[in-house]
Amino acid sequence: MRNVILFIGRYLTFFTFLFLQTVSLWFLFSFNKFHQAMFLQTANEVTGGINKRYKNLENFFLQGEENRRLHLMNDSLLNLLLQQITSPDTTRQLVTDTLLIDSSRQYRRYYFRPAGVVYNSTNSEKNYIQLDRGSIHGVAENMAVLNADGSAVGIVVHVSPRFSQVMSLLHVRQKVNVSLQKTGDFGTLEWDGKDPGLLLLKGLPKSVPIKLGDPVVVSRYSFNFPPGYPVGTVAEIISDKRTNFYLLKVKPAARFNHLQHVFVVENLQFAEQATLDRETRKKIDDAKRSSQ
Amino acid sequence: MREIVRNLLRVVLFLFIEVYILQQIPHLHRFISPSLYFLFLLWLPFSVTPRTLLWIGLATGLVVDYFLQSPGLHASACLWLCLFRPFMIGILTPRVSSEFNYREPSPQSLLWAPYLIYISLLTLVHHTWLVFLEWLSFGSFDDFLIKIFASTVISLLLVIPIELLFPRNLSFRTNAGR
Repeated sequence: MRNVILFIGRYLTFFTFLFLQTVSLWFLFSFNKFHQAMFLQTANEVTGGINKRYKNLENFFLQGEENRRLHLMNDSLLNLLLQQITSPDTTRQLVTDTLLIDSSRQYRRYYFRPAGVVYNSTNSEKNYIQLDRGSIHGVAENMAVLNADGSAVGIVVHVSPRFSQVMSLLHVRQKVNVSLQKTGDFGTLEWDGKDPGLLLLKGLPKSVPIKLGDPVVVSRYSFNFPPGYPVGTVAEIISDKRTNFYLLKVKPAARFNHLQHVFVVENLQFAEQATLDRETRKKIDDAKRSSQ
Repeated sequence: MREIVRNLLRVVLFLFIEVYILQQIPHLHRFISPSLYFLFLLWLPFSVTPRTLLWIGLATGLVVDYFLQSPGLHASACLWLCLFRPFMIGILTPRVSSEFNYREPSPQSLLWAPYLIYISLLTLVHHTWLVFLEWLSFGSFDDFLIKIFASTVISLLLVIPIELLFPRNLSFRTNAGR
C-alpha cells in the first residue's frame, strides 16, 4: 500500500494530466453527441454577454451594408402589399361551396422572430452562430434561421435563456432539403468543410436540365425552413460518370462573414410533422420485424 | 502579485485576439487556421510548477472552447502542451541555468536557437492534437497531415514577428536588485 502511494506521489503530475485529459475529452465527445456539454448553458450566458458588447461596437461600423439588405427586403415586401394589386373586374359570383372542409379558413404556418448575431465564425469545419435571443424570447431547437435579406443561414441547435446557438450551413453535419427554383427538383445541401464560398448539392438526377447560375431555394419538403427562400446559385456542375446524380457546387446567397440581423423562423407544425415521421418509420420497421 | 496581474492582462489580450480577430478574419484557405492564444502558456514564468501549469492549461483551453463552441477541444490540446513544456525547458536551458536569472522563457533567457525549437515543437504538439481530434470526426488522412503542417507554420509566422516586435524587457535578476 505504501509503495502504491509513493508511486502515485512520484508521478502525480502525470496522473493529474491523465485525469484532466479525460475530463476534457469527455466534454468534447459528449458535446458532439448531444449538443450540450457541461456548464454550456451557463457559459453561453457569459460568453453571450461579452460577445454582445463586442458586436454592438462592430455593428456601428457595418451599418451601411445592413441598411442595403434591409432596404432590399422592404422593397420586396412593399411589392406584396394589396394596394399594388387591382383585380380586373368587380363582378361578383356566388358559388355554393360543396366541400366538407372549410377551405377559406387560413392558419399560420411560420412565425418570424428578429434576432441579432453576436458571434459567428467561418474558419472552422463546424461553424456555429450565436444569437441574442433565447428560450425566454420563444426561440427553441430546430427553428430555421434566415438572413436579413431572406437567404438561408442555418438551424438552431441549442438554447439558453437569453442566447441561442445556430448550426450554420457551413457545418459538416448540416443537411438541408433544397430544390431548383426553375424545375422544383429537390436534393440535399451539404458542406464538405473545405471552401466556405461553396456548398454541395447532392442527389439531383441527371435528367434535370441545369445551367450555371440557376437559383437554388429551400424545398417544400424541409421541416425547418419556410419554402422558397434563396439558398444560393449553381456555381459549378460536376458530372460523375459512375452515378446518375449530379454533384453541384452552390455559391451561398447569405454572406456568412457579414451576418448582423437575422430572422428565427418557427414552423408551428414542426412537432406534429416530426412525430408523424418518426412514428411512421417505427410502425413500418416494427411490422417488418414481426413478419420476419 | 505583479506577476499575476501581468499574466491575467496577457491572457485577456490573447483571448481577445484569438476569439475576435483570428477566428473572425475571412477564411484564407481550408488548411490554414492561425492560432495564437497558446503563446500565453509558453510565456508563463519558470516558477509555475508542472501541476499548476496543467490546471492553468485546462482553464485557458476551456475559456477559448466556450467562446468557440467546442468544449474540450482546445483544453485537451493545451494539456498536451503543458505536459511537454517542463521537459522542453529542462532540455533546452543553457548550462548556466537561466531559470534562476530570468523570469520566463524568452529569446533572451533561452537564446534564439533553443527558443525557436521550444516554440516550434510545442506549437506542433498543440496543433497535432487539435487537428487529430477534428480529423477523428471528419476528413481524410492527407488533409490531416497537411493541415498540421500548414497551421503550425502559419502560427509560427505569427509568433516570431510578435517576439521581434514586442521584446519583453526581462531584467537580469541579481541579488542586488530586489
